[in-house]
Amino acid sequence: MSAQSLDVGRAQDPSQPVFTAGGPAGTPGAGTPGPGRNGDRRPSRWTVGRVLVVAALVALTVVFIYPFVWLVSASLKPRGEVFDNKLIPETLTFENYLNVWADAPMLLWFGNTLLVTVLAAVTVTISSALVAWGFAYFRFKGRDALFGLVLATMMLPGAVTMVPVFLIWNSLGMVNTLTPLWAGNLFGSAFYIFLLRQFFLSLPRETFEAAKIDGANNWTLFTRIALPLTKPAMIVTLIFEFQAAWTDLMRPLIYLRDSDKFTIPRGLKALLDQFGFGGEWHWEIVVTASVITTIPMIILFFLGQRHFVEGIATTGAKG
Amino acid sequence: MAAVVDSLPAEERTRAVARRRRGRRETRAALLFISPWIIGFLVFTAWPLVNSAYLSLTDYDVINDPNFVGLDNYRQLFEDPKIATSLGNTLFYAAVQVPLYVLVSLALAMLLNKAGRAAGFFRTAFYLPNMTPPVAVGVLLLLVFNGQNGLINEVLGFFGIDGPNWTTDPNWVKPAIILTSLWSVGSSMIILLAALRNVPQELYDAARVDGANGWQRTVRITIPMISGALFFVVVINTIAAFQTFTEAYTAFFGSGNTTYGNEAALFYVIYLFQQAFEFLNMGYASAMAWVLFVIILLITLVQLRVSKRLVYYEGEQR
Repeated sequence: MSAQSLDVGRAQDPSQPVFTAGGPAGTPGAGTPGPGRNGDRRPSRWTVGRVLVVAALVALTVVFIYPFVWLVSASLKPRGEVFDNKLIPETLTFENYLNVWADAPMLLWFGNTLLVTVLAAVTVTISSALVAWGFAYFRFKGRDALFGLVLATMMLPGAVTMVPVFLIWNSLGMVNTLTPLWAGNLFGSAFYIFLLRQFFLSLPRETFEAAKIDGANNWTLFTRIALPLTKPAMIVTLIFEFQAAWTDLMRPLIYLRDSDKFTIPRGLKALLDQFGFGGEWHWEIVVTASVITTIPMIILFFLGQRHFVEGIATTGAKG
Repeated sequence: MAAVVDSLPAEERTRAVARRRRGRRETRAALLFISPWIIGFLVFTAWPLVNSAYLSLTDYDVINDPNFVGLDNYRQLFEDPKIATSLGNTLFYAAVQVPLYVLVSLALAMLLNKAGRAAGFFRTAFYLPNMTPPVAVGVLLLLVFNGQNGLINEVLGFFGIDGPNWTTDPNWVKPAIILTSLWSVGSSMIILLAALRNVPQELYDAARVDGANGWQRTVRITIPMISGALFFVVVINTIAAFQTFTEAYTAFFGSGNTTYGNEAALFYVIYLFQQAFEFLNMGYASAMAWVLFVIILLITLVQLRVSKRLVYYEGEQR
């Protein structure tokens, strides 16, 4: 459903290279070669060159996937065999998974992470959409300069504001709560503002003029017309931020003290410190926790694969 | 403005006034929509920068009030051997990792561009590592590059090569981290692939008619045509390389981790993090942050400068 709306956007403004990789050529599962620029480039015969390309790709796939397969396989081995480097476990066991739940409050960490990621993703999508609309629809003095400032903040290294931002949350008494991990998202994020603005700009302006003549005010224009048309880009924002919040380690390291407040990545680090380094060597626990930390992201990827590709392609196309 | 309006004929004047009123209303509405970002910018960017500049001139441990110490923190930076170590590590990392990373993602993108229908499958395979949380990548780094029974040395052993103790030998720690980082070239690869797919086929056809070979077509057409995306990838990854933290911190630092604590993995942001949140030297950490800011800013400006001459934008307006 979203692919159609994407094409609407592109058809309106052919000069905007919106979602170039998301076209027929790049969409997974698109069985038929689409028309257009890339249709003629697709090699149809099995030439020597083609065979070499595919052979190289297969070899590289092994390199890229193998470490992950190794990790999953190791998590299914009994303690003594974790490092035997055999792809198929000699003795298949799920006891590591049972032990992880016994050694760590994984369920609690899971809940904390879910809460943070959902709040982070939803707030940043709403606030960024508001701001992006402000920049895309209205014309006012200083708009381009202000938007330039938004883009400039994208270049600002996060490490530079790490200490003073901590001091702000500290002065608000928010350290050792989950709030600092998501509440900053209430104010939008440059990257998503940029992404969503691109999208709003590709919508046909006449639609809004027509609605305005029919008596729609700015707010209805935004919520009733602009937002529904922008669903695909908002999904991109949601899943990007979901991933970013889920995998973050630095902020949980800074803000969370008690282990019952931990997110899953912070918990995994704690398990590594305890069972990997701390004298209590139980690497099978660390390995298994790593798999548990990763699996939700793999699921997210397969659910939103096309959106990932489209979102990333867009950021580069206009960078 | 008012004078100009006054000098106009009456009917045009009312129209101009109406337009101005509409403009003002429009500005007000726009600012309302933009206000979340403005507030966020002031609170989480502008104020932190000002505060960090001030704190860098103080001695601040969060518990006691800041003491003004002038440029002491900056002077101390020059004498702190760990600054030299961490900055050296970071510069080395950026100098080796960024070119490698861009080359690998470009090579993958070019291969995918020739893969035809199978491209979708391989693209998924190459992107998948990007979904692995960096902390899990850090764990994987330790296991895969383990000197005794790690996967890498196992593979090297198959070819009769006696692999090094990657995670404990200071000479091999950074190569291990760099190689690990190449595992997640997926997002850059997708950006470059998107750019490659946008190069007009006619250019290649014309070049072929003129007798250009594959290498010439790549260097004369492909690279210039995707130079915009290439530049974007270089800049973004340079900024990221200077802030590398999670994988190295996970694998080589943290509580309980003394045996693995390794100077070779001490990157600048890791040391900044330790100063700020482990030793609570917030003033010193702020000074470190400003040095990092200036370094990244200078490098980005140089890159922008160079790109003006090298990067080709289709339909360039600027």
